[in-house]
Amino acid sequence: MRSKLITMLNKALILFSILLIWQTTNAQKKKVNKIQVVNFDKLEPYLHQNNDTIYLVNFWATWCAPCIKELPAIEAVEEKHSDKKFKVLLVSLDFPKELSSRLEPFVKSKNITSEVFLLNDPNQNRWINLVDANWSGEIPFTILYGRKFRESYTQPFTFEELDSIINLKLNLP
Amino acid sequence: MKNLIALAFISLFALSSAYSQGYNVGDKAAGFKLKSTDGKLVSLSDYPGAKGFTVIFTCNHCPYAKAYQDRIIAIDKKYKSKGYPVIAISSNDPETLPEDSYENMIIRAKEKGFTFPYLYDETGDICRKYGATRTPQVYLLEKKGGDLIVRYTGAIDDNSQEASKVTAPYLANAIDALLAGGTPEPSFTKAIGCGIKLKKTK
Repeated sequence: MRSKLITMLNKALILFSILLIWQTTNAQKKKVNKIQVVNFDKLEPYLHQNNDTIYLVNFWATWCAPCIKELPAIEAVEEKHSDKKFKVLLVSLDFPKELSSRLEPFVKSKNITSEVFLLNDPNQNRWINLVDANWSGEIPFTILYGRKFRESYTQPFTFEELDSIINLKLNLP
Repeated sequence: MKNLIALAFISLFALSSAYSQGYNVGDKAAGFKLKSTDGKLVSLSDYPGAKGFTVIFTCNHCPYAKAYQDRIIAIDKKYKSKGYPVIAISSNDPETLPEDSYENMIIRAKEKGFTFPYLYDETGDICRKYGATRTPQVYLLEKKGGDLIVRYTGAIDDNSQEASKVTAPYLANAIDALLAGGTPEPSFTKAIGCGIKLKKTK
């Protein structure tokens, strides 16, 4: 009777451990980037946040070679300044139907830790102007803004370029 | 100091996006003579009967350009006989984008059965003159006297993802307007596209 109880307890313990391990792995999985699919009206507030953080919003796609080349620089600069008020948002312009076949595997394999949105809004002629009147639609395209400034860039960044810009912006009086 | 130099460079980049050069609606466009995928040189003066041209900067590799291939063929088929043939141009540097080499252009034109000339702007000079920055990008030209006047620039329509969901066929509407003796409205639209990568000038 007693040994049966012990066996049962043992089994319960094993089950509990399995559950615990499963939960931890799941929690780790949750760290992996979840891509939000948004239309422009959902995205727009992220282009105009009014607080003391500096925001970098980068428009890119997995098929855009110069975009992919600059991603590690953007990620590294965000990582370097992770203790400061600087935040990156990557807005993908991949085709929405390729979310799970292309974008998600890419983000996973490159270990992208910045927040990623997939912009699904076909009326580009409307929203390109709302992002920036001077933008003609080619990517990469980056908006950098804070409470006191707003800039846009059509050239891909190197780590050194972006890092020095962010340093300057973080030290604005 | 290093920071300042970097900043100066970056400001220059930022500015260059604000003042894009090239043709706007109403400008006179330059003609050109470029090598087609069939090996012949094609010039706009080869079309004495045309009322104008749909010049489209496009390329092989870009997913957005690919999404429009069939629609460009349809536009050419519909409007060539009405006096507005399509002239497609690829200006990408194959060293940066091997898929856009002249040899690959020949393959693509055959595979897709392009009904229009697909021209190779090897030096990128025509792209620079027109001010095209992405693929696909349209310049609709109307013959006026001896000149070619830009009447519409921008996107082909308002849905690159799905042709069946287009609500505003900008280019077709613009050609229809010209054929009816009117003015395209809108005459300028924007779209997402792949940046054109020109061969670096020496």
